[in-house]
This record gives sequence, C-alpha cells and structure tokens, in this order.
Amino acid sequence: MRNPLSKTITEIKPSGIRKFFDIVSEMKDAISLGVGEPDFDTPWHIRDEGIYSLEKGKTFYTSNTGLKELRAEIGNYLERRFEVSYSPESEMLVTVGGSEAIDIAMRAMLDPGDEVLIPQPSYVSYEPCALLAGGVPVIIELQAENEFRLTAEELRAAVTPKTKLLVLPFPNNPTGSVMEKKDLEAIAEIIEEHDLFVLSDEIYAELTYLDRHVSIASLPGMRERTVLISGFSKSHAMTGWRIGYACGPEVIIRQMLKIHQYAIMCAPTTSQYAALEAMRNGDGDVAVMREEYNGRRRYLMKRFADMGLECFEPFGAFYAFPCIREFGMTSDAFATEFLNAKKVAVVPGTAFGSCGEGFLRISYAYSLEDLKRALDRLEEFVAELRERGK
Amino acid sequence: MREKILSYIEKNSRIDLKDLAVMLDLEEASVMNELEAMEQEGIICGYHTLINWDKAGVEKVTALIEVRVTPQRGMGFDKVAERIYNYPEVNSVYLISGGFDLMVTLEGQTLREISQFVSDKLSALDQVLSTKTNFILKKYKDHGTVMAVPAKDERIMMA
Repeated sequence: MRNPLSKTITEIKPSGIRKFFDIVSEMKDAISLGVGEPDFDTPWHIRDEGIYSLEKGKTFYTSNTGLKELRAEIGNYLERRFEVSYSPESEMLVTVGGSEAIDIAMRAMLDPGDEVLIPQPSYVSYEPCALLAGGVPVIIELQAENEFRLTAEELRAAVTPKTKLLVLPFPNNPTGSVMEKKDLEAIAEIIEEHDLFVLSDEIYAELTYLDRHVSIASLPGMRERTVLISGFSKSHAMTGWRIGYACGPEVIIRQMLKIHQYAIMCAPTTSQYAALEAMRNGDGDVAVMREEYNGRRRYLMKRFADMGLECFEPFGAFYAFPCIREFGMTSDAFATEFLNAKKVAVVPGTAFGSCGEGFLRISYAYSLEDLKRALDRLEEFVAELRERGK
Repeated sequence: MREKILSYIEKNSRIDLKDLAVMLDLEEASVMNELEAMEQEGIICGYHTLINWDKAGVEKVTALIEVRVTPQRGMGFDKVAERIYNYPEVNSVYLISGGFDLMVTLEGQTLREISQFVSDKLSALDQVLSTKTNFILKKYKDHGTVMAVPAKDERIMMA
C-alpha cells in the first residue's frame, strides 16, 4: 500500500504541552499549574443567552462572515477598548476561535517559499500553520533580558527579501510578556521599510496589568498591513465555545472568507449568540477576572522572589516564565522530576520553541488555594535541588 | 482600598492577611489597620461560617415568617423589630415593602419548636397583627454559594 500521508504533515511534530497531562490525570493528588485556559466558568448571563438561542430554535447556519449583530458589536468593542476601527461589513470575520483565524490568515497570505517570522517562545500553532500553508517559518529567538519582547534589532536581523509575514503574539503565551506602544513603534518602522505584513494574535489583549493593551493596528501605517486576531476564550472565559474573529484590510479578509466558507461554513451559531451577549454586557465580567488574575500574579511573583527564583515581571496573559538555569537541568528534566517528586505539573519552556530552554511556564489560572499548595511544593523542590547541588 | 479588601474577604474571610496584602499590592500593616477600623465602624459585622447542616447530619428547620405589624407612634417599625430580633433564636429581621412588614427568619431543631415560638412569642406581641410561616424545604444556594459539591477541575493541558 502507498503511504496515505502527506510529507508535510508527517514532518510536523505533535504539540509538547500535553506530554505531562496524561501522567497527571493518572497520578493521585497531583496538582497542575499547566493549564492554558481560565479557571472561571463562562459568566452565567452569557451561557444563558446561548441556551436561550437554542430554546428559540436558532440552530441554523449564520452568514459565512458571522451574525451581522455580532460583527457590529465586535466593531464597537474594538473601538471602545483598543481604538481600532473596522467595518463589520467588509473587514471582519467570525471564526472558530482565534486558532482558525491563524490558520486561514496564513493560508490566505502565503505562497510557497514565503518566509514567516515567528518570535519564540510562543504558542505552538504558528509554525505548523505556516508550514501547512506552504510558508517557511523563520524563528526569532526572544531574549529574557528584553523580557521576551521583540526588538527592532532582532526583527531587522531576521528579515530577508523572502520575508512576507511577521507573527506578533502579544500579550504572550507562554512568557506573559507584552509589547508596549514604544516597543511597537520601534518595529513598525522596519515593517514598513521591508513591506511586511503582520499577523497580530491579540487573544490575551484584555489581560494586561500595566497599561491597556495597544494593538499594532492602531499605529499609523499599520492597519493596512495587519490582520488582528482575537476571540472570547481568554477574555470571557469561553474556551469551549470555540469563537473568535479576525479583522483586517478587505483584500485579505475577502480571501480568508473563501477558505472559511469552504472549510468551516460558519462559526457555531449558539456560540455566536453567546458572544453577542459577551460583547454587549460583558465588560464588567472581564474587569473582575482581570483584577483577580492580577492579584494572583502579584502573589506568584512574591513567592518566586521569596524562593529566589529568577523571573521577570510578566504584564500580560496569565503566565509567568521563571528561569531554572541555576539548577543545570533541561526544562524537560526539571518538569519531569518535579512532577515525579512533588506531583505538580508545569510545562517546560521548550514546548514553545527551543529558546524556551531553561524556563518553565507557570499558569496562574488557578485559585489562590491551588497556587499556594503548588508553590509550597515548588519551594521545597527548589530547596532540595540547591541542597543537592552543594 | 476598603472596597477591594471587603470584596476579597466577603468571599473568603479566612484569607491569610499577608497574601491579601500581596494580592492587593498593599502593606500588610495597612490591611490590618483597615480591617480593625472597619470592624470598629461596624462595616465588618462578623466572620461567620457557611455550613451545610444537612451534610453534617444535623437536623435543623429554618422558617421564613411574614409578619404584619402595627407601627408605633414616633418609632415606626423599629421598636417592634427590636422586640423580635432580641430573641436569640431569630436569625434575621428585615423590614419589607409589599404585602407584609417584617420578614423574620428563624432556625430551630424541630417544626414544633418553631411553631411554639410563633404562637407563644411572636403572635403574642401586641403590635403583631398576623403571621405566615414558610418552612424551607431545601437550600440550593446561600450567601452566594451553591450548596453542592464543588466541581472537579476538568481542564486539559493543551493550550
């Protein structure tokens, strides 16, 4: 029999995040700091609207681009929160989570051989999506000393005549890093100079603890080069609803729509009605959750400081990215031994790119009690490693 | 600052003050001072425990009693409310708008104990015109807390 599989897909590695999960779920009294989604339930009024839409029999396809009212509300929301404006008619597309938007944006924009700049550590799907779209991923290794922000020098050094697209994953999973306005201005020049396009994954935009998130699309000259991707998963604790969106110049959105139309049809109708409620009456929920994450973030940083674990202060998402180089172990070895010895799961930094070596991703999408228990165990573990190293 | 402290301890009065201070980005001493001040000002009126007595296997009966009363000259409802809330078996007394005046909640060991209180004490008060006793059959949610077993964390490590 012939090989049924394509070369491209067989060469793509499976995601490294799940590796520990299966062990954790088997292990008694294991706790996890590994999850990448909110611990809050979707606010009830949002769930209720989803249920109500089902009761009313709203079980048909919506338009391919998504419910008109929802697109209008997303437009209002983006303007109200991040001062970017998009036409709901021609510059917006409701997708099956931010994930679908990443995939179809790459497929709509890349020709074989086009280089895609992917700053790492970052979420695991950019590289595979670029490969599946025929692009050539070019990794930019972000540096701890820059708090894992993308600098103009790093960007300039990575650009070649074949570079077409820059992925901008901020606020960042797994580092919690953010790009402030000045950071974005510094790279915007180079983007313009080299005629690049930007895929800006702003799924964590609501979760920033320094200033309000700035979208690169709000900078002069950038809107026409940017596909802004976001969604409801992290901001409104709606991961399982699979609902997100992409905004961008009409020329790009129109082509993305073709892929979406043929591959997906439309985002789930129930989720769209729930998302509509989230956009209309959900700002308060977001503020409450942000405040709660912020408290936990401060607690986490305090504990790292107390145990002498090096970690830059993350100002976004719900992750911290402490450095474990002092122990002379790989991230994977540390995470494995920590899980076996103390029954706490964390994700090795290397799951997000090889430059994550020497770091761990610690999620604080957990209750204070859970965080406390897990960090007590981390403190013990770190002390034991230091004792052993003496 | 006060509102933030209150909104944390309203949900968890046993929170470690050190942790609370860190989470709110405040000094521990100032959190403590604020708490003491709020206790003295009567803003914080107690630190109670929410108990599911059913689960504990202890028989308890709770009644919501609607009471119609005659207000007293110069004192309105306050005097009669005081007469009622001074009974230790009374849990709460609210002045209510609508078809009756006071809502009294009462906790006892048995139905008889409660009906005795209503007939012997409550109804016997001069100002009380009538009472209507409603017994609670099941508590679903109390003080913002659903009285069920907390859900397990079913999240998967994948994003």
